[in-house]
Amino acid sequence: MFLELTQEQKLIQETSRDFARAELEPLAAKLDREDDRPAFLANLKKLAELGFMGLNVSAAYGGSEAGAVAFSVAMTEIARACASTAVTVSVNNMVCEVIQAIGSQEQKEAYIPRICSGEYAAGSFALTEAGAGSDPAGMTTTAVQDGDQWVLNGSKIFITSAPYAGVFVVWAITDRDAPRGKGISCFLVEPGAPGLVIGKQEEKTGQHASATCEVIFDDCRIPRDALMGRLNDGFRFAVGELAGGRIGIGSLGLGVGLAAMDFATRYATGRVQFGEKISSFQAIQWMIADAYTELEAARLLLMQAAFRKDAGRSFAKEASMAKMFATEAANRACYSAVQMLGGYGYTRDFPVERYARDARVTTIYEGTNEIQRVIIAREILHSFA
Amino acid sequence: MDFELSQDHKVLRDSIRDFVVKEIKPIAMQIDEEHMIPDALVKRMGEMGFLGSCLPEEYGGAGLDMLSYVILVEEVSKACGSSGVLISAHTSLACGPVYTFGTEEQKRKWLPDLNTGKVIGCFLLTEPDAGSDAGAISTSYRRDGDDFVINGSKIFITNGGYRGTGILFATSDRNLKHKGVSAFIVDLKSPGVEILRNEKKLGIRGSYTTAFAFDNVRIPAENLLGEEGEGFKIAMDTLNGGRIGIASQALGIAEGAFDLALAYSKERKQFGHPICDLQAIQFKLADMYARIETAKLMTYKAACLKESKKSYVMESALCKMIASEAATYVTKEAIQIHGGYGYIVDYEVERMYRDAKITEIYEGTNEVQRVVVSKLLLS
Repeated sequence: MFLELTQEQKLIQETSRDFARAELEPLAAKLDREDDRPAFLANLKKLAELGFMGLNVSAAYGGSEAGAVAFSVAMTEIARACASTAVTVSVNNMVCEVIQAIGSQEQKEAYIPRICSGEYAAGSFALTEAGAGSDPAGMTTTAVQDGDQWVLNGSKIFITSAPYAGVFVVWAITDRDAPRGKGISCFLVEPGAPGLVIGKQEEKTGQHASATCEVIFDDCRIPRDALMGRLNDGFRFAVGELAGGRIGIGSLGLGVGLAAMDFATRYATGRVQFGEKISSFQAIQWMIADAYTELEAARLLLMQAAFRKDAGRSFAKEASMAKMFATEAANRACYSAVQMLGGYGYTRDFPVERYARDARVTTIYEGTNEIQRVIIAREILHSFA
Repeated sequence: MDFELSQDHKVLRDSIRDFVVKEIKPIAMQIDEEHMIPDALVKRMGEMGFLGSCLPEEYGGAGLDMLSYVILVEEVSKACGSSGVLISAHTSLACGPVYTFGTEEQKRKWLPDLNTGKVIGCFLLTEPDAGSDAGAISTSYRRDGDDFVINGSKIFITNGGYRGTGILFATSDRNLKHKGVSAFIVDLKSPGVEILRNEKKLGIRGSYTTAFAFDNVRIPAENLLGEEGEGFKIAMDTLNGGRIGIASQALGIAEGAFDLALAYSKERKQFGHPICDLQAIQFKLADMYARIETAKLMTYKAACLKESKKSYVMESALCKMIASEAATYVTKEAIQIHGGYGYIVDYEVERMYRDAKITEIYEGTNEVQRVVVSKLLLS
């Protein structure tokens, strides 16, 4: 066992930490309160230039080839300052990785460098539908071939980054008669495609700067070569790529939880009640001990999943465990942080209020934690069969 | 032991529920978005007797018992946590101490307007450096002829934005700590009273949480509540009662979220079935309901003890603790059952989740409740 980051991973951690402190943190509260998309996108561009959009992507396509462990530590550092930025970076990395995994040479060359360089502010991953959340195989969006085009019809919801995405990875049914989950294919859709409509932006509990939109396909026509991977064989990649994304979201949760606890702990060493710093009370000490212990355990689970991914080993179960544990630990840490600040923690004048709102969705998106439990149990039960 | 509500309580509950469904539920989202409860609704709640429910009729109250008050706050909070705390803070923290500690003259002067909702009451104890440690307040008073003169500041004052009648706590000498604190009835429209701001908050956004400055505010000597130096005792006794109101609010928020989650789990289909067919969802519902029932029993018990004039300090701390933690738990699970929909503002559970958290903090943080409970256990 060797539980240290490599020199390169440390460098990436430091670079992301420095950038997050200097550029993201000063803006985060403002972006939570009011829309300032140019400022948000400008920071994404800078992060792309620093190599953060394709951390686990080949240099041939503009990626950093730094690996999944480096991706995890970077996500945590970015999320300590701004969860909205972090989720965008996480999804961008996932989109690059899915294109790298199943795209044609032309597709890889056309899209990955543009996301990695920041020419595209973002890529979107369009899987979820109104009636197909935890059950993505229940999707109803269809793609039908018409001459040398595909015609897409249907709609996707909760699509991160839709208004400023340079490319959408879209899943649609291409064989209605196939068994559930079988006749689904994957497409690359550009924002200018006729019949592609970006719907309303959701108003959410948190992560306000990150846009979450409906994406509608109304006889949306895309070229025949927009099909990515093999026909009727897209679904397993949708599910597979989410495993990598889960390392990103777990790491994001960890970052938000750490930010909340760091703030609250510092507060506790300054706040005096009953003539003493509240950090001298055992009740507060236990909150600190519990939260940091859980966050440290989360970090180790994340590192394990990322390490296995980098080593080319199976990591789906480990990624689900890490995502589930880290995001629940993060939510507990955020609520303890609010509690440690008392009434102040409930007001918008202190950042823990935002952290608590931002953390909440991490147990929901990229597969609800209920789905993570299904995956974990299925794999364990399989090994007992 | 009889765990059934009386016929009278059931009839009352149903009529409150009717009102809530017609007049509060439809605007609960608007209240959250606009950060205020419409004056028309406050007026209607006054007309319905919601703002002096457990106060005697001779002072303009509705003459109901504590359990009725609990049911009222619970039913209102099922639809709107902001409206629930308006009633609770007003009734428990303003009407309550005037009735309990006021002279006959003070009751006749202040209660009728409060109990009918013509004037909204609030409780001014917390200061920037005196939260859980309420004995450390620094807002000062001194006698000057027939007046008391108040200087200092207060924060996190629920209902403060209405500038109605306040129960204000101030000290004659900080060095005396608890013993230097006295309570006063203050008209918050008096000269020298300034509203600094209404806080922007995670939840209960329709409820005012106000910061005040008091700059040489003159209060007639007759507005002293209780004896000089009795203020801390009045504050603590008032908060003991207030906790039952907050427990009722928390209980209502939990029940509101539970009802929505239960209904949603029956409608929402994934994997070809309603999600309530999945055991994971079934167990969530069972756990949520268990917490709600526990909270309800404890809160009703505390109310019945207070009503029968028995000691209820332990029970009010317990019910506040249990109900508020049930509320954050149940609303969290309600979001989870709603999945991504639970995170967007179009679904009411999103608001309920944000509203629930404060019940673990105000009217004594749950840490302070644990201090109360453990002290009683160890004494």
